[in-house]
Order: sequence, then C-alpha cells, then structure tokens
Amino acid sequence: MKIDLYERIWLWIATVMIGSFLAAIVLGATMNAVHPPSHVETIDPTTVRTSSEFSRPRVEINDDGSALVVGVAEMFDFEPFLIRVPSLGPITFRLTSPDVIHGFQIVGTNVNLTVTPGYVIETTVTLPKAGEYLIVCNEYCGLSHHQMTARLIVGEGDGP
Amino acid sequence: MSAIARPDSPYRLEISCFAVAIGAFGLGAVMAVMQALARADLDVAFASAKVYYLSVTAHGVLMALVFTTFFIMGLGFLFARTSLGRLAGESWGWYGFILGCVGTAITTVAILSGSSTVLYTFYPPLMAHPSFYIGATLLVIGSWIWCGVMIASWRAWKREHGSEPTPLCMHGMLATVIIWILATAGLAAEVLGLLIPWSLGWVERIDPILARTLFWWFGHPLTYFWLLPAYVLWYTVIPEITGGRLFSDKLTRVVFVIFILFSTPVGFHHQFTDPGISSGWKLVHTFTTYSILFPSFVTAFTVIASLEIAGRLRGGDGLFGWLGKLPWRDPFFVSVALAMLSFAVGGFGGAINAAYAMNTAVHNTAWIQGHFHLTVGTAVTLSFMGSCYWLLPRLTGRALVAPKLALAQPYLWFLGMILFSGSSHITGLMGQPRRVFSSSFFGDEAAQSWQFLTSLSAIGGVVLFVSSLLFLMVVGGTYGWGKRIDAPEVRFAVPLDDDSAPAPVWDRFGLWVGIAVLLIVLAYAYPIYELLTMERFGSPGFKPF
Ligand code: HEM
Ligand SMILES: [Cu+2]
Ligand SMILES: [Cu+2]
Repeated sequence: MKIDLYERIWLWIATVMIGSFLAAIVLGATMNAVHPPSHVETIDPTTVRTSSEFSRPRVEINDDGSALVVGVAEMFDFEPFLIRVPSLGPITFRLTSPDVIHGFQIVGTNVNLTVTPGYVIETTVTLPKAGEYLIVCNEYCGLSHHQMTARLIVGEGDGP
Repeated sequence: MSAIARPDSPYRLEISCFAVAIGAFGLGAVMAVMQALARADLDVAFASAKVYYLSVTAHGVLMALVFTTFFIMGLGFLFARTSLGRLAGESWGWYGFILGCVGTAITTVAILSGSSTVLYTFYPPLMAHPSFYIGATLLVIGSWIWCGVMIASWRAWKREHGSEPTPLCMHGMLATVIIWILATAGLAAEVLGLLIPWSLGWVERIDPILARTLFWWFGHPLTYFWLLPAYVLWYTVIPEITGGRLFSDKLTRVVFVIFILFSTPVGFHHQFTDPGISSGWKLVHTFTTYSILFPSFVTAFTVIASLEIAGRLRGGDGLFGWLGKLPWRDPFFVSVALAMLSFAVGGFGGAINAAYAMNTAVHNTAWIQGHFHLTVGTAVTLSFMGSCYWLLPRLTGRALVAPKLALAQPYLWFLGMILFSGSSHITGLMGQPRRVFSSSFFGDEAAQSWQFLTSLSAIGGVVLFVSSLLFLMVVGGTYGWGKRIDAPEVRFAVPLDDDSAPAPVWDRFGLWVGIAVLLIVLAYAYPIYELLTMERFGSPGFKPF
C-alpha cells in the first residue's frame, strides 16, 4: 500500500507517542507498583452489619503509625464519619456497602474507590501532606447522593 | 409516523429517523439547561434532588441513546440508498424505526414517571421499573433490524458489483453496524440475562460487578458507534462540499477496520476503580484502549490534508493561506471544523482517562462530564447538527431559512462548550464529583473553591441552550416554510488515490469480524469466567429515588 511521505512520518510520530504512553504506564506498574485499586474479595451484602469485620467500622492505629480503616458506605453515610490518622501512611482502607454502589473519593488525593455491595475493596495509600480532607461519594446512589460525605484528618490538627 | 414526512419524498424513512432524533435532542436540551442551573446552586423553582436526578436520567438516555441512535439510523439508510442505489427491505426499515419509537416512548414514560431514576448507566443494585429495561430492549431490537437492512442492502449490491470496492461511506457505515452488533451483545446479556429477570422479581439477587462488566463491554464501543458516522461525514462528505479531494481512500478503510477490531475489548478502562477485577486484566484493556488512539491520529492527518487540498484548489497558498479560503460561511463546514477542534482536545483528555493509574485522579469527577461533552456532546453532536443544514435541502427540496442563524449556531455551541466543559474539567481536577445535584457539601472549604467555576459552567449551559434553540428553529423553519428549490444531489468526495482497483482486503468484513470476536474472547472470557466461578453473593434491588 502506497502511503504519502508526510503521512508516513505522522504515523511514526503517532506510534512513538502511543508507545511511550504505554511504556510509562508499564514502567510505573512494574517498577513502582502503581496500580488502580483491584482487590478481589467477596462478602454477602445482607450480612455486612452482622459480619465480624464490618459490624464495627473503625480506625486501627498500629505502633509504627500505619493505619487500617474498616468502613461501610451506606445510603447516605460513611462510617466512620471522622477518620483520624496520626501519620501520612501507609493507610489501608477496607470498605464495603450493604446497599447500592457508592464512591469513596478523598478530595485532593488519588484515592478513588468504587464501594460495591457483595465485594470488599481494599487499597493502601500514603498521602502527600497532613491536613483535613473532604471525602465525597462520587457514584450516584440515590436522592441524597450529594450529601454523602465524610472527613479525614491526617496528623495532629484539631478537627470537629 | 410517516405522516411527519411529505408523502412524495423518496427519503421518508430517513426524515422520520432524523425527526425523532431531533425531537429527543430538543427534550434533552431542556433537561440540560435545568441541570446546569441547578448544579450552580441557583435558587430555581424546579430545583429539587428528585427532579435533578430524574432529569439527568432523561438527559443521558435521550441524548446518548435516543438522539444518537435515531440519527445514525437515518444517516445509515441515506448512505445505503444513495451510495448503493438501493435499500433492501425498506419496509423492514420502517418496522425497526417503529419498534425503536415504541421502545423509546416506554422508557421515557418510565423515567418521567419517577419510577426509574437510575441514570443512563442503570448500575444495579439500583432497580428501575421493568418497563425501563424493556423499552430500552425494544429500542435496541429496532436498531438491530436497521443493522439487518444495512447488511442486506450491501450484500445485494455486492452480488452485482462483486469485484468493486465498497463505496467508502458505506464501508464506514458497515463498520458502525458491526461495532453496534458486537457492543449490544454485551448489553443484551446484561439486560436480558440479569436486569429484566431481577426487576420482575424472578430472581432475587444480581451481581453488580458482572453487570458493570457487561455494561462497559457495551459502553465503550457505544462511543465508537457515535463517532464513526461523524468520521464518515468528515471523510466522505466534507471534502466534497469544500471542493477538495479525499486524501487517501485506502487509509480511511484501514481506520474503519481498526475500529472494528479494537472498539470492544477495552471496557475495563471504565472500571479501573472497581473491586473484583484483577489489575493484570485492567492493564490488558489499557493496551487495547491505547491502540484505538491510532486510527484517530490517522483521521486527524487525512481529514486535515483533505481540507488543505480544498483550500489550495480554492486558490489559497502559503503555509496557512489555504485555511482562510475554506468555506467559513457554510454552517455545515463550520460545525465540522469546530467539532474536529473539540475532538482533538477531548481525545487528549481521553488518553488521560485511560491511563491506568492516573485514572483515579479523574474517575467520576466533573472532569468526565467535561470530557464527554467535548467528544459525544460536541464532536459528534455538532457534526450531526451541522449535517442537517446539508441534508435539509437535499432531502426536502427546501432552502435553509435564516442561514445567518444557522451560521451563528455552531459558534455559539462551541463558546457554550468552552465555558461548560472547560470549567468542568478544572473543577473535576479540584475534586468535584459528577452527577451531584449540589456540590456545596455543607459549605466545605474545598467545595467552596469550585463554586465560581460551576456558576461559569451554568452560563455555558445557557449559551448551549440558546444554540440548541437556534438549531431547532432553523431546522423546523426550513422543513415547514423553506423556499422550494430543486433538491441538490447527495454526493460524496472523490479520493486522490485510485479507487477503481479491485476490492481491497479492507473490504473483507467477515475476516475482520472474526478477528474482532477473537479479541473480545481474549479480553473478556477469562475475567468473566473468574467472576462467574468465584464465591459471589449478589445483591437485592434498591429504589432510593
Ligand atoms: C444542550 C446542551 C447541553 C448541556 C447544557 C448539558 C449539560 C449537562 C449536565 C449539567 C449534565 C449533568 C452533569 C452531572 O450532574 O453529572 C449532563 C450530563 C450528561 N450529558 Fe449533557 N448537556 C448538553 C448536551 C449533551 C449532548 C448533546 C449529549 C450527547 C449527545 C449529552 C450527553 C450527556 C450524558 C451522557 C450525560 C451523563 C448523564 C449521567 O451522568 O448519567 N449532553 N449534561
Ligand atoms: Cu452516592
Ligand atoms: Cu471508554
């Protein structure tokens, strides 16, 4: 197939560009373990409230300052509502929902999770700076979806 | 329904499809301006959460599913009729059209009654009224009949013209048809296999991740179902009306074939933040997703080169002199030029959305609504709206009324979209979620920071609405009262490269469909098998609306 010279050059530029995007992604994934949250674990959504793990939403702080957040997103609240951790991380979130799908987005960070009934989503993050963060639900879950929020306080600040 | 088209027009079927599409667009635009105002926390009478989410559901369905599908059916019928010189089984075309109308009516009633505020993605366990899913199914079955008519027309032509290459516009429409069939296979599995039995109460539980996986099997190729007909207009009509040549017939066919191959096995790029799907498979879909950037790069080159030829043939010279010579007073050309510009920006945004780990910075934020209003909401929609200014004289034999308004309309749309989409992109990066009735979050500080831009986006919404009204006025006015003229012919661009050669390998659709199916199997068989075989519990339905 005959292809015009300029077009051939352009096709090579496009190929190199796409190739370098992909290379950057693969390097990030393999060298720095940069992955989207992709935990595979199931749970019966009708027993979330009685399960040994999720019946008590909580924040556990370990001696080394790392934290475990076990949370439930439910129409139209997050529990725990106030998450207080002493250090930037690592912070592990384990979340599930007893009703519909919710989002868990910590505004100003890359933490963005789809909290799905029947599944447990888990991710571990280290945040870039201390302070107070707004957490919002970013998956439509019903008429009060826009009022579903929580708070994260990292470090010694005094929140509400 | 045929009463809406003049009985003597040979294009009654096409006109009926366009009329339903434009009607859905008008209704969707009314919803849109209400939403844009409500989001800015303006104290408007209709602003309640119930109305807002109902309206977003109606807007999403009417714009993304009804307007696009009917418009594309109309274009498909027209391209087959004009480029192949026939429409095989026109009465079947009418049955498909009528079934689509019935389905649309059922779903619209379900939405407006308030029983189905599940948004156009209808993720379970949000549960709509069964008629919502049933109406949508009828619309899709109607579109399948359209697919059948398109394929039958092509095969009938092929029997007579065995060794000739398929007319290029039809090549692109067949690619659209194939992508639609591959896409709706996933949708059919979700709606018929999971949602309808569950919403009727025959089964108690549904697996939300399986449903989302099947939805996005459909949802991404859906975007190429919208885009390809716009590309067909850019490739095969725009060079003709600007007085140029199509730069390369062969590469255009390659582009359509790559879309057939890679449109579908990519859906996990919408599920990067989902549990239940391992990161390895998400990475695989990232690779296939980036492959479909390639044909759009080719398109950028071919289409711009074709325009350059036109500009030079019209006497333009110098590096950029040809640009000024293009027909900037032709509303169709202007619409498409602005559509292309929007698509260039939207495409780069898309590359960020698809970027595996970077996706978490933008997923479900207002950035996404900014993104798809540039791509489907402008690149596709503006091309379709603009094409109406070209179609109307040809299909109805009437001259455009108010050509100045028609010329102002795409510019206004573009301006409105800069405001609406531009602000949405920025507030999205600041963390504003999408699909929220109000984003003040009880006066939170971070939320305060995006209020100004959200008001700006509301102004954009009003400008867009004015542009929609101009469009509806020109189209309606021309249809009803335009001066009678001799209808110009529907003609297509002549390529620079010789197309009398025997049908190229790019016309062997059977082969490409086979490879496309193989890629879908490779991309989906194992992850779906895993989803089906692990211990799952499923969820009962909820109606929090
Ligand atoms: C008349 C100009 C338009 C305006 C002012 C407008 C405005 C909006 C607004 C404010 C939203 C809701 C955002 C949210 O809460 O997340 C929205 C959603 C949406 N729009 Fe538009 N829009 C327009 C045209 C279009 C067009 C032409 C299309 C496609 C052909 C389109 C497709 C969509 C879709 C698919 C959604 C998503 C609904 C959802 O999140 O469920 N819009 N639009
Ligand atoms: Cu929500
Ligand atoms: Cu996609």
